[in-house]
Amino acid sequence: MSPELTNSIAGALTHIDGYVYPNEQNLLWSVLIVIYPYVTGLVAGAFIMASLVRVFKVKELEPIYRLSLLTSFSFLLAAPLPLLLHLGHPERSFQMMITPHLTSPMAMFGFVYAWYIMAVLLLELWFDYRKDFVEWSEKYTGFKGVLYRLLTVGVHDVSPKALRLDERLGHAITIIGIPSAFLLHGYVGFIFGSIKANPWWGNVLMPIIFIFSAIVSGIGLCVFLYMVVTWVRRIPLDDKCLDAMGKFLFYALTVDFAIEALDWIHRLYQAEESIHVLKQLASGKLFYTLLVVQACLGTLVPLILLGSTQIIRNSIPVWLRRRFYFISCVLILIGVLAMRWNVVIGGQLFSKSLRGFTTYKMELAGHEGWLMGVALIMLPFMILAVMMKLFLPAKSMGADENLPASGPNLPAGMPDAQKA
Amino acid sequence: MKTKFTRRNVLSKVGGALFGVLTFSAARTSKAVVQKFFVSSQAPKGYDPTKHRWQMAFDIDKCIGCGHCVDACKTENQVPKASTYFRTWIERYIIKKPQPGSDRLRGETVVDSPNGGSGGFPPSMVPREEILKSFFVPKLCNVCEHSPCVQACPVGATFDSPDGVVLVDPNYCVGCGFCIQACPYGCRFMSPVTHTAEKCTLCYHRITRGLKPACVEICPTEARIFGDLKNLTPDDPILKFIQNNKVQTLKPNLGTEPRVLYAGMDKEVR
Repeated sequence: MSPELTNSIAGALTHIDGYVYPNEQNLLWSVLIVIYPYVTGLVAGAFIMASLVRVFKVKELEPIYRLSLLTSFSFLLAAPLPLLLHLGHPERSFQMMITPHLTSPMAMFGFVYAWYIMAVLLLELWFDYRKDFVEWSEKYTGFKGVLYRLLTVGVHDVSPKALRLDERLGHAITIIGIPSAFLLHGYVGFIFGSIKANPWWGNVLMPIIFIFSAIVSGIGLCVFLYMVVTWVRRIPLDDKCLDAMGKFLFYALTVDFAIEALDWIHRLYQAEESIHVLKQLASGKLFYTLLVVQACLGTLVPLILLGSTQIIRNSIPVWLRRRFYFISCVLILIGVLAMRWNVVIGGQLFSKSLRGFTTYKMELAGHEGWLMGVALIMLPFMILAVMMKLFLPAKSMGADENLPASGPNLPAGMPDAQKA
Repeated sequence: MKTKFTRRNVLSKVGGALFGVLTFSAARTSKAVVQKFFVSSQAPKGYDPTKHRWQMAFDIDKCIGCGHCVDACKTENQVPKASTYFRTWIERYIIKKPQPGSDRLRGETVVDSPNGGSGGFPPSMVPREEILKSFFVPKLCNVCEHSPCVQACPVGATFDSPDGVVLVDPNYCVGCGFCIQACPYGCRFMSPVTHTAEKCTLCYHRITRGLKPACVEICPTEARIFGDLKNLTPDDPILKFIQNNKVQTLKPNLGTEPRVLYAGMDKEVR
């Protein structure tokens, strides 16, 4: 085949603008690696939400405590899957645990993950649920009874003294859990931030940006789940809880916005060699996902909506406030997903020669396609649904069975709405 | 059933766990050391990597962009034929004349590498009268002194060999691609055949048997210079090259300290 023909075919297959190194034409890390930091971020954020109740004693948030812990746990169970599926040799992944290369941030994955799931989440959940396990194991028979009996691990002591110890240990674990949650997601940020070869990634702010976007998305997810679950289970919505979540969501989003803005201001002011290609990236290939979805829809609109619920709360009726919260949390969840996309995919769209761009086209089916991506995002929700069936009966969510059933679209003036 | 939590009980259990964790890491380290010796490489038995120090250099002015090196490399190392996998490739830099009336010394720089330069370069799209100057730059693994790829590998499958080559153990690589992201020079790729990271090994199977790398062997203009710094002859090409040229490395600002040297490089080369 003549070189001209080869070139025209190669050019048509992969849409290259300018020059990229030949090995860079196809993206290496695809949608699976977008989902991994997204899911991990939700784990860390939901845990921070739970710790607000446990450590910082935010009483209003108590109805959401167990839901956020279970959310964190369900998402953590699903987190390693996209990574495993992406590996060229998933069957060798255990080598990262057996012979970790200590200078590699990626080698720490197994340890950070194991620490977080075993030392933090499982223990905290167990101490929190111990009394219920004992109670349920006596109440239920059949599969559920066996399951709850297994989960008690043979400890049936529910004397006040033992319960006090549970409480103290749970508190201590949460205190350890907060830095662990920061570690879990800050570490994911470090994987990208430590790549000096890539100016879009190699950035000292990257772990901090990841941590705050994780907190934002985690709280957003808790708001979303709380509103959906109360609606599905037809239990009244606690507006005090919702307002408190809205408040923390607003604070976290403000910090997140400030840090990401600082990142851009710093890049633009320093104007290093790479700034031309990064500007082109932001205004070209990433225009929709970065400027429209992440910055405007995912950050500015929620900031305005949540800000208004903070500043002029009393002039916004309860039903409208609920809608503001719901719209904000959905937009935030989409915006943070877009942020992960922009980091992971955006960082591979431009050449390390800083001279050109390649294109990423996601396939529909296949190993790294749309369907796989959707399935991997849905998986933790399915795990959560099972968990809630088993461990989160409607009563424990603060529902009072004497009150009439109502959903999030409850008109202002109903009894529980007036409390707020 | 009741469990007793006495101080002795708890302390001995925590101590036991701690001891287990500590010895586990020591066992891991010793296993890694052993692996260094038994790692799969293409060297023949009896080859002592500590007695050699391989060095690669390029004379940019001598490269004519014939692309034989790219083809030789692909054949020798069974690199996939597709135009997105290369262990070595050639870039063509065309620096245009400045716009008439502008006060600049040179115009836009156009870079291309059609099919990695395999089979030579087709005539450029830039009209001849607009070209100020043009040159070819061969690229391969820069064999960095502080390789970011080696640093990034989560299992230590890619490593610095004592003879100055960065190698990948294909039987150990998990295929995460982190090294490919970490390489600033775009020298690595994920093999569609083995699903592991691949890169230039300076033809390790050849040089450890006293041969030159395939690309050096085939280069008709001696633009690629190769030698063994620990076994230099008085008129060694690599020695002459260093004596007669002012040399540069690629992207020195990143602190990777590439060992591959270039003579006659322009500031536009990245």
